[in-house]
Amino acid sequence: MLRFTLYRLAQALGVILVVFTITFFLIRLTPGDPFAGEKAMPPDVRRVMEERYGLNKPLITQYFTTLGSYLRGDFQPSMKYQGMWNVKIIKDAFPISLAIGSCALVIALGLGLPAGIIAAVKKNTWMDYGFMSLALIGICLPTFVMGPMLIMTFGLKWRVFNVAGWFEKTDWVLPSLTMGLIYAAYIARLTRGGMLEVLNQDFIRTARAKGVPGSRIVMVHALRGGLLPVVAFLGPALAGITTGSFIIEKIFNLPGLGQHFVSSVFNRDYSLILATVVLLATLLVVTNFLTDVLVAWLNPKVRLS
Amino acid sequence: MSTVLDVQDLKVSFHTRNGVVRAVDGVSFKVEKGKTTGIVGESGSGKSVTCYSLLGLVPMPPGRIEGGSAKFGDVDLLKLSEKELQRIRGSRISMIFQDPMTSLNPWLRVGTQVAEPLRLHEGLSKSEAWKRAVEALREVGIPDPEKRIHQYPHEFSGGMRQRVMIAMALITRPELLIADEPTTALDVTIQKQVLDLIRDLQKRLGIAVVFITHDLAVVSEVCDYVNVMYAGRLVEASPVQELFARPRHAYTQALMRSIPALQRKGEPLYTIPGLPPDLANLPSGCAFRPRQTPERQALCLTDRQPPLVEVSPGHWAQDCPGCLIRD
Ligand SMILES: Nc1ncnc2c1ncn2[C@@H]1O[C@H](COP(=O)(O)OP(=O)(O)O)[C@@H](O)[C@H]1O
Ligand SMILES: [Mg+2]
Repeated sequence: MLRFTLYRLAQALGVILVVFTITFFLIRLTPGDPFAGEKAMPPDVRRVMEERYGLNKPLITQYFTTLGSYLRGDFQPSMKYQGMWNVKIIKDAFPISLAIGSCALVIALGLGLPAGIIAAVKKNTWMDYGFMSLALIGICLPTFVMGPMLIMTFGLKWRVFNVAGWFEKTDWVLPSLTMGLIYAAYIARLTRGGMLEVLNQDFIRTARAKGVPGSRIVMVHALRGGLLPVVAFLGPALAGITTGSFIIEKIFNLPGLGQHFVSSVFNRDYSLILATVVLLATLLVVTNFLTDVLVAWLNPKVRLS
Repeated sequence: MSTVLDVQDLKVSFHTRNGVVRAVDGVSFKVEKGKTTGIVGESGSGKSVTCYSLLGLVPMPPGRIEGGSAKFGDVDLLKLSEKELQRIRGSRISMIFQDPMTSLNPWLRVGTQVAEPLRLHEGLSKSEAWKRAVEALREVGIPDPEKRIHQYPHEFSGGMRQRVMIAMALITRPELLIADEPTTALDVTIQKQVLDLIRDLQKRLGIAVVFITHDLAVVSEVCDYVNVMYAGRLVEASPVQELFARPRHAYTQALMRSIPALQRKGEPLYTIPGLPPDLANLPSGCAFRPRQTPERQALCLTDRQPPLVEVSPGHWAQDCPGCLIRD
């Protein structure tokens, strides 16, 4: 087990290093630079700026300098937001995305799992058709339609929530709901599929032949196997859920992390791009590892080997 | 001798897109205490459906019980609600299945599964139930049961898993065991061991057994009484010695000719010509007619189903002039 963990750790560090390297060089290949604005910067000012961020040095030197500071835990200042450190930008924005993502996850699981389980148990009844139609709508509706629809209903018509912004305690509700409903739709469909597959297995017939009541068949005999597809989907999705969505943050005007993934690229903010990408890669690696552990815990065959 | 189960005129059908499949069409048989009643027939003849319907395990829809009765003690199994059946399943009637590799839950420890009937039906605590489960595993010949009980099904071989199934089925000391082709998926040597085990336990516990198989050779080893099933109906029913001494129906005879061990060495293996009929589209007369030789085909009933008649005391066969061989 220790060897396995060490191996996975080394693998994780390797993945992050590769992502770091590719990102570092790829963004330098794109046309433009952090200081290209609408007005051309005077050449003297530009030289000073480039010197300050070390952009005048050969690319390979910059690469190793940057890698060195990352290894020391220094994620460098932003090149666009003058005087701001990337760590501070992330520290301000990440908790907001994390809060909304967590609430969305609770909503998604709270609605998606029961809907999927009921649809599977009551296969080909109006309940199944009802839940699965809703799920299909949830999957087909883009975020930028679902969000405004919720805003119009709860924000404009009933006036229970603010239409946008991050000021009041209840401002997390609509963004979380938008994100949660869409994930709920995916989870419901995956749960139904997984449960149906397990419920058709021979060992479910064995359980019925033993007189196991229906509720216990679902909860004890079928659920573990039936939830595997959901776990496999959610693990990697978790990183994306918690780091925020650009679209949702734009719709609801939230100061979350999702916006930085996109705007830093438009700004050619080399250092902020790198910081956010490395953060996402790290989260992905961690959630993937946790997924593997969970799958192993769920599946006795994997656990032993 | 007391009758444990008395099935009369059982009819089960499946309403599918391709029409009504009459999987079981008027089957009657009795199971006596301490005896083994066999149901034998080619695959698709309705053996499994017959037994599943007794325990309410036929998926409905598409399945439907069209008629008949199944007296078990003083209740009719076919009339019970799902709740009432749950109380009988696994406590008074147990079942084991064909494929031991898929019949145990891969996610649950063997102990959890073997102890489950006790927890459900006798309300035992976990530790008491597991203690009894260890004994049950020992009883079916699983070595080192204290350790094995904590393992998962994939750590057991096929034969051992079938032993686990048997332990699980008998742990509540049921009055009736239904075994649906319990040895079909096993190697020949393991088959023999599992058959011996079922026979020994049955003798010792005095339970009644319904033994389903497509293999007449197995029937001769374990059964006291045999029902030969063809296309959802019984074509012959008789005590086992009588059946092997004097098979009366052409289908039974064909089955016997196709037992490999009874064929002469070097001769090509005999197989019954043709295919079992489509149960959604049964001929109105004798169902075996299309597989008979031409001269016998001419004699078979075409206008009505041949009825079962008692050809000698306790020995019944379908009275079709083309298929029934009288003395
Ligand atoms: N769930 C089902 N839906 C439709 N037809 C079924 C179903 N289960 C069994 N049947 C039909 O019932 C017939 C008898 O099947 P079965 O009892 O399993 O045969 P066997 O004698 O091999 O055990 C078969 O023709 C099969 O096609
Ligand atoms: Mg069968």
